[in-house]
Amino acid sequence: MTIRTARQDRVQHFRPRTHCLKKLEAMVVEMQDSKSGVKGSEQKLNVTTIPHVISGKDVIAWITNKMKNTTEDAQAFGTMLVAYGYIYPLQNHRKLVMCNDDSLYRFQTPYFWPTQKWFAEDIDYAIYLAKRNIRKKGMLEPYEQAHYNHLHEWLNHKWDFIVMQATEQYKAGKERKKPDRVVFDCQERAYWIVNRPPRRTHSALDVGPERLIDPNIDEKISFDQYRRMNMFYQQAIMRSKVKSSVSLGALVKYITTYKNHDPFLAPCLPSNPWQTDNDSYWTLNMRRVDVPTKMRVERWSFSLFELLSDLRGRDDFKIFLKKEFSGENLAFWEAAEELKLGTASSMSTKAETIFKTFLAPGAPRWINIDGRTMGLTVKGLDHPHRYVLEAAQTHVFLLMKKDTFFRYLKSPVYKDIQKKAQSPEAHNFSPAQLEQNAQSRSPGIHPMILWQQEEEEKAKAAAASAPVDVKAMMSKIDRKK
Amino acid sequence: MRSPLTPEMATQEVQLNETLAHLKTESETLKTKLEEERAKLHDVELHQVAEKVEGLGQFVMKTRRTLKGHGNKVLCMDWCKDKRRIVSSSQEHAVTMPCTWVMACAYAPSGCAVACGGLDNKCSVYPLSLDKNENLAAKKKSVAMHTNYLSACSFTNSDMQILTSSGDGTCALWDVESGQLLQSFHGHAADVLCLDLAPSETGNTFVSGGCDKKANVWDMRSGQCIQSFETHESDINSVRYYPSGDAFASGSDDATCRLYDLRADREVAIYSKESIIFGVSSVDFSLSGRLLFGGYNDYTINVWDVLKGTRVSILFGHENRVSTLRVSPDGTAFCTGSWDHTLRIWA
Repeated sequence: MTIRTARQDRVQHFRPRTHCLKKLEAMVVEMQDSKSGVKGSEQKLNVTTIPHVISGKDVIAWITNKMKNTTEDAQAFGTMLVAYGYIYPLQNHRKLVMCNDDSLYRFQTPYFWPTQKWFAEDIDYAIYLAKRNIRKKGMLEPYEQAHYNHLHEWLNHKWDFIVMQATEQYKAGKERKKPDRVVFDCQERAYWIVNRPPRRTHSALDVGPERLIDPNIDEKISFDQYRRMNMFYQQAIMRSKVKSSVSLGALVKYITTYKNHDPFLAPCLPSNPWQTDNDSYWTLNMRRVDVPTKMRVERWSFSLFELLSDLRGRDDFKIFLKKEFSGENLAFWEAAEELKLGTASSMSTKAETIFKTFLAPGAPRWINIDGRTMGLTVKGLDHPHRYVLEAAQTHVFLLMKKDTFFRYLKSPVYKDIQKKAQSPEAHNFSPAQLEQNAQSRSPGIHPMILWQQEEEEKAKAAAASAPVDVKAMMSKIDRKK
Repeated sequence: MRSPLTPEMATQEVQLNETLAHLKTESETLKTKLEEERAKLHDVELHQVAEKVEGLGQFVMKTRRTLKGHGNKVLCMDWCKDKRRIVSSSQEHAVTMPCTWVMACAYAPSGCAVACGGLDNKCSVYPLSLDKNENLAAKKKSVAMHTNYLSACSFTNSDMQILTSSGDGTCALWDVESGQLLQSFHGHAADVLCLDLAPSETGNTFVSGGCDKKANVWDMRSGQCIQSFETHESDINSVRYYPSGDAFASGSDDATCRLYDLRADREVAIYSKESIIFGVSSVDFSLSGRLLFGGYNDYTINVWDVLKGTRVSILFGHENRVSTLRVSPDGTAFCTGSWDHTLRIWA
């Protein structure tokens, strides 16, 4: 099935927007200021003397001073100037980086600056390569030769024109003075390295796939679009919003709650496997450990969502619910999730099972929801769809969230697991031990095996529990399909 | 060639134009009114609330692994729920021009399959195998079909449904088994570049970002756009929910990352610096939501303090633009993929 869209493919494709060009240009103009810019000098390149040559370290020093940042930052910025083609290297012309040393660079002429409006066309590249060929046959590098062959093939119908242009440019070039010619050759070569980079060169003009809209024009908004926008605005105005102090306060509260659980903010115990190459942290926190860690158990208390998301926590919650003889709410919630996220074809079977188990009068695991929701849900089940249990599921979740969850946290079951939970000691590896750890890395159990184990356990639990583990039955229905 | 206007047609045309102008004015008025409503409840700034919060210490984040398997630009990656495996996708390169860009990839929650797609306009699911010699391509299943390139894909909380976004301006929800289109989401005026599913308990919404500079929040059930934010100055390359689901961050070509508060319905923070002028390709939060990691087109990674709005660290190492960035499921590390053909794990 293909999705249909109202937008036409206008066949023309456009370069992605490059927002940074204006700022880069402003910067480059400043850098070339005769008084406050980067100091240039004359340098000998082979036999010719070239003016206005700058060194990498001078450029970086200027940027560091101007932007008030670190040398490393400035070097990264300098590399961008080279990668975009505003500055080009005289030595090692294929590596588009700014080196913090005496490496020589020049400012590119504005004629060759990157712009949003047009970009280097294949036909221009063909003319350039043809011109190089005229000047000295066999002068093209292998990657250029490959480009040339390819262009010769698909631009063959224009080849006479290309050769004519190349010859004209070649003749015009011969009439220039030698230093000017050398400079122009360098500029042109730099332009094409940036626009048609050889394989190992990283150029910033190497952009991603083309876009369907022209970033240079403002799209005309149609009648229909305005109508829809206005409707949306009206709804947005009406929707209830929360005061900033309240919502921002909640964001801060979340951060504070989870602060000690964030491996970037607090050390994870016993150690971060990526830093020490020791897997204990992952082994201790696996799906089916007998004794979870204290941090993990603490996290279950943060919200019902956390408790249910961690399947080990969900197991513990189920133990509590069994003691209270109130497992049907969670069972229903799990079944509803399976319905919502399952295959389209399994929906009606699942809906029927759910109705028989939880909703029908006298059902074995009848859930106690208000009459109105029950009525709507049962009616919806006549024509089951993915979200038919939404209302009931939300109701049940809220019930668990506001009541059962808090009773769980105060229960002997939870207090028990809190006591049992382990708190591993922090590792303190010596450099030699770290080296050894690095040598003995292993890939860990394949997730497919873990998943198979999980499915087996679910099936066992289904067989063991009474009257029926609906979740296991649901997955079974899915797997059969 | 258009036929000459008759007097009747001319009047009609004028009427239509008037109505269009009228709608445009109405649109502008409504937009202003929405801003006013939002402003009424705006009683405090994020950095003010953050004043009471402790500052962050120094960070030592290093590359712990460099993965060099790809022979080309790495475009996308995703973590497996086992917290240690990843799937990554790259661009197929022929001698003279790029052919297939696999721009999106995702790991299934069970760990038993991966999905990917790109310039082929499709999203395909590959069931994985324990047998290393098995030809995975043989069992490939085409699930989604768009009319333009696939920019992002994500499994919902199960292996049975996939959410996709595309250059054709739409997002869509698909049933994996049958390939059936379950819901489509129309509203972006240009290519949609990214999406992220809400981590909330209801799990029924997602956010998308596009070349129309808008970030839209959608109701998966009805297909309606329920919230929209248009404050970026250029394409939005990446969107990611705050771990609580009450906010999301975006990264754009305008070199800023922004934080949007869904309950207050407004932008609440901009993460930017004068010296940062290159686009953000990818963003993600640390586990607690305190740190926001951004991968940039100038080959660097900037780490932001979400509450205080300051940059706490800048990381170097990649030799070409960072195209994708994801924090691992347990928050112990984050992975970056780059056009320099490598992936790096940082911790």
